[in-house]
This record gives sequence, structure tokens and C-alpha cells, in this order.
Amino acid sequence: MDISKEKLEWIYTTMYRIRRFEETMLEQTLKGNSMGVAHTSDGQEAPPTGICAHLTDKDWIGSTHRGHGHCISKGLETDKMMAEVFGKATGQCGGKGGSMHIADFSKGMLGANAIVGASIPLAVGAALTAKLKGIESESVGVSFFGDGASSQGVLHESMNLASVWKLPVIFACENNGYAEATPSWYAVSAEDIASRAEGYGMPGVVVDGMDVFAVYDAAGEAIARARAGEGPTFLELKTYRYHGHFHADDTSKYRKPEEEAYYKNLDSIKHFERTVLKQKLMTEKKLKSIRDSIEQEMLHAVEFALNSPMPDISTLYDDVYVNYSNPILGLR
Amino acid sequence: MTTSQANNPIGPGYEGVAGSEKRFRDIFRDTLRAEMLRDEDVFLMGEDISGGFDKDTKEPLDAWGGPFAATKGLVQEFGVERIRDAPISEAGFVGAAVGSALTGMRPVVDLMYFDFVTVAFDQLLSNAAKSRYMFGGQTKVPLTLFARSGAGTGHAAQHSESFYSMLAHIPGLKVVVPSDPYSVKGLLAAAIRDDDPVFVVNDKKLINLTGFVPDEEYVIELGKGRYMRRGTDVTLVGMSYTTVVCQKAADQLAEIGIDAEVVDMMSLSPFDEDILIESVTKTHNVVIVDEDTPRASMSSEFAAIIADKAFDHLDAPVKRVTAPHTPVPYNRDLEQEFMPQPGDVVGTVKNLLGRE
Ligand SMILES: Cc1ncc(C[n+]2csc(CCOP(=O)(O)OP(=O)(O)O)c2C)c(N)n1
Ligand SMILES: [Mg+2]
Repeated sequence: MDISKEKLEWIYTTMYRIRRFEETMLEQTLKGNSMGVAHTSDGQEAPPTGICAHLTDKDWIGSTHRGHGHCISKGLETDKMMAEVFGKATGQCGGKGGSMHIADFSKGMLGANAIVGASIPLAVGAALTAKLKGIESESVGVSFFGDGASSQGVLHESMNLASVWKLPVIFACENNGYAEATPSWYAVSAEDIASRAEGYGMPGVVVDGMDVFAVYDAAGEAIARARAGEGPTFLELKTYRYHGHFHADDTSKYRKPEEEAYYKNLDSIKHFERTVLKQKLMTEKKLKSIRDSIEQEMLHAVEFALNSPMPDISTLYDDVYVNYSNPILGLR
Repeated sequence: MTTSQANNPIGPGYEGVAGSEKRFRDIFRDTLRAEMLRDEDVFLMGEDISGGFDKDTKEPLDAWGGPFAATKGLVQEFGVERIRDAPISEAGFVGAAVGSALTGMRPVVDLMYFDFVTVAFDQLLSNAAKSRYMFGGQTKVPLTLFARSGAGTGHAAQHSESFYSMLAHIPGLKVVVPSDPYSVKGLLAAAIRDDDPVFVVNDKKLINLTGFVPDEEYVIELGKGRYMRRGTDVTLVGMSYTTVVCQKAADQLAEIGIDAEVVDMMSLSPFDEDILIESVTKTHNVVIVDEDTPRASMSSEFAAIIADKAFDHLDAPVKRVTAPHTPVPYNRDLEQEFMPQPGDVVGTVKNLLGRE
């Protein structure tokens, strides 16, 4: 296998961190410690991990309402993410964004976005910046979105733009089979969403999104192409979300237990463990020490979020603009 | 029941009317159903309104009963042609709804969260609102859209807007804002039967509230407001959920001897100028309460009309209690600060009347 030992450790750490962050956050949300809706991405660890393994802080990603995995893969800190979900002043966005709006511009993370499809052109814009500045080789844009989002016009406009302008973009479609309760076989008029790519003049690749090695390889090629100035690539990552659309959603109303069991059997973390142990690339001891440290990290994140202060009420009025001459107060 | 009786659900007209307490969401659904039974050209489209499909049988599952359970049971009764589940393509399906309205159907679109209207905004502004006018009156657009607005549920900046003023700004569109189960029944029915495009904006905070609803069929005339409470000292003007806020404020004001009148606008375009002027002429003081942001808003529009047409009757400046000129924050305390509260209204009235 053509992956360094450090990278393998990073991949396992990242996938396990996503898994445990989502499980912990869901538990905390059901306990009432989150202030709003929370969408979990456990089950879908492989796509963000396998893709972001090739990125640095200078590369940019756009994300979705189901964005925690993207954030973690891009190196955001789980303390600040949990605090954001809890609406605290120490949160990644000072408690003003919440679960669906976590961003870290210092890490190349353009923000989770709650309007389906809305972040897709942002990654295209980041790639445009790179092209204009002549730094494509070190700064590409990756746009994460779902099967549902592939029906938005803005995706199609963005794909055409990226191709016409030959921008360093990766369109990363995480096809988890559902948009809310609606199955993709109903809402998407193609067997593979990746087939859309052909019409826009870019390679479209179907990838097993439950296999992080497959994602790593496909993303490596696409990102190398982008860095070399050869333009955009479309990756369709077939994956599965283990939990409901959002924290209170009951999947038994629209998914069959056999289907859920089928994907759990393909679990990307288990698959990784089996593979590295069989090929003697990592030891069980090492895997366990990574898991143990993540457990500690999660305890810390919850502790940190619980003990953090609420934002000052005056922050409601901050940051609407850089500069604005009228008072921003409500009329009371 | 006549419209004028229906306009006063807490006053005369109501005695002897058969009816019961209903939840907002249930009567909304029942009204959709009644309108679909009444007119077979009425059909629905929106995301998840048939709630998934069985992989093997391809039958709809109605897993969620549609967004906010607004369409629960309808797909079983009317089938997938008339309860038309749409991919996430708001610009496409709103545009298709306009096209189908132009050619003889009466589409009703569930846009889920009100914020998503912007994805389809061009179709609403450039096609739905303008076709009749720019084609010299040859055609009409009997389209109804509905969606859920409002802060207070921890949905943050992109799922909590109340910018119905942006729609009311558009010549050719009509906008209604029910404030309770009674008004949503009459306004939704009127919207679907109306030959112009009408947007029904439902605040999320209303959806699980209950209230008295007459059994019989009725419509509420578009463009009419109503009195929720009569009073002599000050007029409180509410719309959508702020009508509830005004009623709570009026209760608190009564405790300190201030007799407030509460006007519920119900329609934003067209809107009831007469009720505003009539009430202000009597009370001489007015506070307009709106969860929308204040710049170029319904509250500024109502204030301008009152200043223009009832200036001589005012004892004091027109006051507004609105959200601040900011997006909606996530944190619960900030979100509560964002929303106009009964206490804000009480404080404003006390200042206005020089009472401490
Ligand atoms: C423009 C817009 N329309 C509808 C919604 C409501 N909504 C939120 S998530 C979602 C499903 C998205 O499905 P998909 O893109 O497959 O992402 P997944 O939830 O599966 O991660 C919908 C319809 C929205 N947030 N924005
Ligand atoms: Mg999906």
C-alpha cells in the first residue's frame, strides 16, 4: 500500500474522531445540551477523511448541513466544535452559527452551509482565487455536497463554470442514498450521479465511499490533476448515514433494517482496521491507543463546552458588517 | 358565516358557531385536503411531501407526513400525481408550478423553510408576479406557495427568516400571514381559490398552537385585518406570530391599567389600511410589532400609512418593536434577544404613554 505510516495513523485518528464526535454530539443533543438541530455523519467518515488526507490549510473546502466530518477532516478542534453546538462563547463561531454553520477560515474551511447546494460555488470561487493568484499547485477547492444537492441548479452551473474556466475544483458528492426520507433512486434521474460529469467536460468517478483507501486513491488522482492545472473532477462517493437525517429522525419509517445492516457490515472504520492489521501496517496496540486518546478528547470536548460561558448579549449586534454607520439595534 | 363575522372570532359572530379546538398544523392539513377535494385542478408539490418510497413496491411511505407534518395522509388519499414529491430543485419546481398555473392548473407549493424562497426567487419575481401584467392581462397565475418562517427554534441564520416584506414588495404577488388555527383555515382556502399568486407564510412558533376553529367552510378575504381585542389607550399591530406577542403584551398592560387594542393584520399584500386608521383614530397611539428586520419592512410601511392618513389623530410618534437589523443568531439567549418579546412591547407602550 502506497500510504505512509503517519498518513495511515492520521486517517484512523480522523475517522475515529468523526465517529465519536457524532455519537457524542448526538447523545448530548438528546440530553438537551445542544441548542438546536444536529445532523450526524457517522457512517460517512471515509469520504472527508480520504479526500482531506491530500489537503493542507491552504486548500479550501465547502460543506453542508451535515458538516462535522468535513470540519474534523480539515483539522478543526473538537472542543470548539462542541462548544459551538452548545451555543457557547468559546465555540468556533462564538455561538452564533451552531452545528450547521461551523467554519474556520484559518484552516481552509469555508463553512458548513444549511442551504442545500449553496456552498458548492464557494469552493469554485476559492479555486478561482487560486487560479488568479497563480497558486493552483498549492490551493485547490473541494466542494462537499449530497445526492439531494445534486438536483440543485447551482451545482450544474458551478460544474460548467469550473470546466469552462479550468479551475482546480473537486466536486465531492457524498451519495448516502437519501435526502431526508427521499431515496436517491426516486429523486435523481441517473444511475450514477457521476455520469453528470461527462456533459460538463470533466472526469466523473464512482467511488466506494465505505472504503477509505478507495477514496484516498481516487481523491489523490483528482487533486493531483487540479494541482497540475488540468481542471475539475467529479467524485461520487457511495456511502451511508447511520443515524437519521437529524437528531430526532426515526429511520425505521423509510429504511429497511436489512439495508442498514448491509452498510454497517461495510463499516469504513472496521474495514480500515481489518486491512491494516492483515497487512501488518499498524498494530492493534496502536489502534487502541488512538481510540483511547479520542475517548479522552471527547470527554474533554463535552467538559469544555459545558463549562464555557454563554456569549455576551451584545454580540447579537456584532459582525453584521465590517463597517456600518447606522445603529444596528432593533426598534424597541 | 359571513366574512365579517369570521373576521371577529373572539367577538359576536362566534356565539353559537359549531367548532372545536384544533392544532394549527392539523387544520392546515385539513384545509389543504378540503381544497383538493373541492377542485381537482389543485395539486401539491414539494420536497418530501410523500415521505420516501418503498424500494421494492415503489409505494410512497409518508414517513414524515411531509415537512412539519403538513401533508400527512394526503398521498395515500390523492396519490403521487397530485401529491408530487420533488427533488431539491426549488428554482425548477417553483418555475414549473408557475408554468402549470399559466396553463390551467392550480398548483400549491410547499417550500418547507421560508428561507428557501430565495433559491426560487427569480421564478416568483420575474415570472409568477409579472406574467399577467407584462402580457397585457392575457393570463393569470393561480399559484399558492407556503413555507415556515421565524426564529426561536435553534435553526440559526439560514432557517429562521421572516423577510415576508421582500415578497410584499413585489407588485403581482399577494402575501398572507396567519396567526392562529382560525386564520390559517380561512386564509389558506382563500389563497388557493384566488386567481393570483399568493404566499402563505406560517411562523414555526404557531404550528403546534391550538385555537378555536369553526367547523363550517369559510374563507377570509385577502387584504383584511381583524381585531383580536378591543381597547382604548393604544393600538398594538401584530402580524403572524407577533399577533400572539401583542396579545400577551395586552394582558400584561391590562394589569397596570392600560387598555390596549390588538389588530391582527393577517394579510400583508394587499393589507387593511382601514383597520389601522380606524383603530389609531380611536386610541391615538400605536405600536407596530414585527419579527422581520426593520429596514424597508412591513412595519415601516404600516408606519408610513398611519403617518400619512391618521396623522391628526396621533398623540405621539408611531412606534415600532422589531427584530434588529441582523441575521438570526444560533445561541438561544441571543435568539430570544433578537425576537420581539411581550416585555419589549410593554416597555415601549409605557414610554409612549409616559407611564413608568
Ligand atoms: C435549498 C434547500 N432546500 C431544502 C432544504 C431542506 N433540506 C435540508 S437537508 C435536505 C436533504 C439534503 O440531502 P443530501 O443533499 O443528500 O444531503 P444529506 O442530508 O443526505 O447529507 C433538505 C431537503 C435546505 N436546507 N435547503
Ligand atoms: Mg443524501
